[in-house]
Amino acid sequence: MSELRNQPEFIELTEVVDREEHEFADMAARHFKARAKMALENDTLRASFRGASDFLMAKRRSVFPDEEMLQALRDRGEAARQRSLQDLPDLLELLEQNLIANGIQVHWAETAQQANQIIHDIMVANNARSVVKGKSMVSEEIELNHYLEARGIECLESDMGEYLVQLAKEAPSHIVMPVIHKNKQQIARLMHTRATTPDGEAVPYSEDVDDLIGNARAILRQKFRQADVGISGVNMAIAETGTLLLVENEGNGRMSTTVPPVHIAITGIEKVVRSLSDVPELLTLLPRSATGQIITTYVNMISGPRKAEEPDGPEQVHLVLLDNGRSKMFNHPDLKPTLQCIRCGACMNHCPVYARIGGHAYGSTYPGPIGQVVTPQLDSSGGLGVHADMVNACSLNGACGEACPVRIPLPDLIRKLRAEANAPVTVQHDGKPHVNGSGSHRSLAESLIWQGWSQLHRHSALYRLTTTAITKGRVLMPSKLSPWTNTRVMPKPAASSLHQLAKKAGVPSSAADIKTAQTPDATDNREGKS
Amino acid sequence: MSQLAGAPRRPYPPAPQRIYLMGTCLVDSFYPQAGMDAIQFFQQLGIEVIFPQAQTCCGQPAWNSGYEAEARAVARQQLRAFAEDIPVVVMMGSCTGMMHHEYPRLFAGEPEEQAACGLAKRTYEFSEFLIRILNVGFHDIGKTNLSGVDSPVIKVALHTSCSTRRGMGLAAEHQALVDRLPGVQRVEPERVTECCGFGGTFAVKQADISAAMAHDKAMAMAATGADLMTSADCGCLMNISGTMQLLEQQGQCQAMPVKHLATLVWEAAQSSRVVVQEGEA
Ligand code: SF4
Repeated sequence: MSELRNQPEFIELTEVVDREEHEFADMAARHFKARAKMALENDTLRASFRGASDFLMAKRRSVFPDEEMLQALRDRGEAARQRSLQDLPDLLELLEQNLIANGIQVHWAETAQQANQIIHDIMVANNARSVVKGKSMVSEEIELNHYLEARGIECLESDMGEYLVQLAKEAPSHIVMPVIHKNKQQIARLMHTRATTPDGEAVPYSEDVDDLIGNARAILRQKFRQADVGISGVNMAIAETGTLLLVENEGNGRMSTTVPPVHIAITGIEKVVRSLSDVPELLTLLPRSATGQIITTYVNMISGPRKAEEPDGPEQVHLVLLDNGRSKMFNHPDLKPTLQCIRCGACMNHCPVYARIGGHAYGSTYPGPIGQVVTPQLDSSGGLGVHADMVNACSLNGACGEACPVRIPLPDLIRKLRAEANAPVTVQHDGKPHVNGSGSHRSLAESLIWQGWSQLHRHSALYRLTTTAITKGRVLMPSKLSPWTNTRVMPKPAASSLHQLAKKAGVPSSAADIKTAQTPDATDNREGKS
Repeated sequence: MSQLAGAPRRPYPPAPQRIYLMGTCLVDSFYPQAGMDAIQFFQQLGIEVIFPQAQTCCGQPAWNSGYEAEARAVARQQLRAFAEDIPVVVMMGSCTGMMHHEYPRLFAGEPEEQAACGLAKRTYEFSEFLIRILNVGFHDIGKTNLSGVDSPVIKVALHTSCSTRRGMGLAAEHQALVDRLPGVQRVEPERVTECCGFGGTFAVKQADISAAMAHDKAMAMAATGADLMTSADCGCLMNISGTMQLLEQQGQCQAMPVKHLATLVWEAAQSSRVVVQEGEA
C-alpha cells in the first residue's frame, strides 16, 4: 500500500468517487423519465453539459464563418453519403475483395453477439490475454468490454475520455467526448483515487490538465507495449483501395493499431465509401462539426499488416463488419438516412434536450438526436418497446437537423419513429418494413384521444361548438392542469373565439360572401380595453 | 426604414387583392384578438380578407405525435376550407410550416395530393406575407401607443419560434417586421435560437424536460428588461409567459406582458401611415 493511499484526503475522495459510481449505477437502472429527472436535478451535471454545449457550438461556428459555404459543404457531404449508401451492397463486396488483397482479414457479424464472439475467437486463436482499445462506439454498442472481461481478458481504454469513463465504471455520455459530463475536479479525484502508476502507486492529486494527461500517458504507454491485441473503430472504409481510415487527436488510435501484434478494427457496414476522392468531402466536415477543428491531430490510413520488409506494425489486421439492424435501416424507405451518419456528435451538441439531461439519461450507447433515431433500430437495443420514451423526448425544434453536416432529417426521422411506436395493427401488418417494437406503445387511451381530436377538427361545426363552449366556459376552466401548471400559470381562453369575432364583424367566410358583404365593422374586444 | 431581410427562400407573388386568413386553433381560443387585428390591418390596406368559418386546425399536433391518419383527416378539412386559389396568411409559424412543408408529404399518393401541393405553395406566415409580399412600411405620424405599455421607446423582446426560424427560415423577416415599427426597439434574449421547450405534446409527455427549457427561456426573456414580448407562435407565447408569470410569483423574475406580432403591428399602425411598397422588395 502506498503512502498516498493512506492519507485521510485520499480516503475521503475515494468515498466521493464511489458515491458517484453508485449514483450512475442507480440512474442506469431506472426508466428514461426517472433518469431524465435525476439529471435535471443534478446541478453539477447541468452545468457541465450547458458549458460543453455552449463551447462546442461556438467552436463549430468559428470554423464555418461563411453560411453559404457551409451549406454547400453540407450538400456535398450529404451527396457523398448518399452515393455510398446507394451502392452499399456492391461497395461492401468491393471493400472485402480489396481488404483481403491487402492482407486484412474480413469478418461479417450479423448480430452484436456474433461480433463479440468473432473478436473473442481471434483472441483465443492468438492466445491473447490483454487488449488496448482506441475509441470505438461500435465496440460500446456491442458491449465488447463486458464480453471479454467475463472471459478473463483485460480491456483497457486508451482514449483519455474513455479511460476516465472506464475508471469511473460508467458509460460514455457523448459519442465524441465520452467524459464531457465530468468537471475538472471530478476528473482529478478519479485519477487520484482510481488510477495506478506503472509502479503500483496512486497518482498525486492534480487538477492541472497537463498533469492529468501526463499521468494517464505514463500508465497507458506501458499498457500499449504489453497488450496482445489492439482494438479500434473506423471512420471510413474505402472500398476501392481497401483502406481503413481513423481520425483521432491523442495518438492512442495510432498506438493501438500499430503497437500490439494483432489489430482488430470494428465498424458498422454503413461506413464504407467508394474511393479516396470521397474522403476529403467528409473529412472537411467531420472534425469541424465535431470539435470545431479544421483537422484532427492524427489521420490514420491503415492498409494492411506489417510487410516482410517493414520494421514495425501489427502482424495481423482484422476488420469486423457489423450489421446489428443496419441492413433493416437500409431497406426502410423512410429511415434509411439514419445510415448517413458520420458520428460527429454535432446533433447532440446543438440539442437543447441533450444540453439539459446529458448523455446518460438516454440509457443507450448513442445519446442525443442521432441516438434517438438509431437506438430503437439496433437489433441489440430492444427496439421501440424499450426506447419509445426516448423518441418522445424531443420538441422537434430542428436544431439537430440544422447542424448535421450530412443533412440527416433527424426531426423527421424522430416523428417517423413516433408513428412506428404508435402504429395500429393495420399498419404493423401492411407488408412494409417496420422497426422492431412497431405498435408497442399504441395505447388505447391515447389513440382514442387522437381519434376524438381528429373527429372534432374535421367537422367544422363541431369544432366551432367546442371552441364556443371553451370560451364561454372559461370561468369554469380549472386553474391547475398538471403537468402544464406545475411550472406555469394556466393560460386563459379568450371570451370569444376568432370564429365568433370574425362572424360578428361580418368578415366574409367565402368568396361568395364578399359580393354581399358590407365593409366589416371589426370590433375590438381587447382584454382590459374599455 | 429598416433593411430588407436577406435573400428570399421561395418565390413570392405580387401583393394580392384578396387573401384567406388562417387563424389556427391556438389563436382561435387564446389570442383571437390577434386574428381580428390582422384582419383589420389587411382591410385597412384595401386587401379583402376571407376568414372561412370551416377552418379548424392544421393537424400538426397529431402529425408530430405520430398519428398520421388522424392528422390527414384534419388537414383534409383545411384543403376544403381554403380551396380557392388565393394566398393563405397563417397567424402562426408552426402551422405555416405544417401546411407549407408537410401537407405535400401527408397527402403523397392520396387523391388530394395536387390540392395539398397547391395549398402548400400559396401558404405564407404573417410576417413573411408582410415583409416579402406586401413589403410594408410604417411612416411615423405620432407617438406609438401600445395598450398596456407606457414608455417613450417601447422595448420589445422578440421570440421567433423554432418552426418559424428553422422550419420556415423566417427569422430575418420577423426581425425586419419589428424593426420597421416606429417607436419600437427590438431586443432578443440570450441564446435566442434555443427552443423554449413547448413542442406541442412534448410539454406534456416530457414535462420535466420541457419545464427546464421553459424556465431558462423565461429567465432569459425577463433578463432583457423589455416592456413586452412578442411572437407569432402562441404555443411559445403561452409557454414562456406562463412560466414567467409563475417565476414572478415566486419572486425570481419580473414578467412582462405578451402580444402576438399581429397585435403589435396593428397597434403600431394606429400611429403610422402604412404603405405597401410592393415592387421594391
Ligand atoms: S446525425 Fe448528423 S450531426 Fe448527428 S452525429 Fe450523425 S452526422 Fe453528426
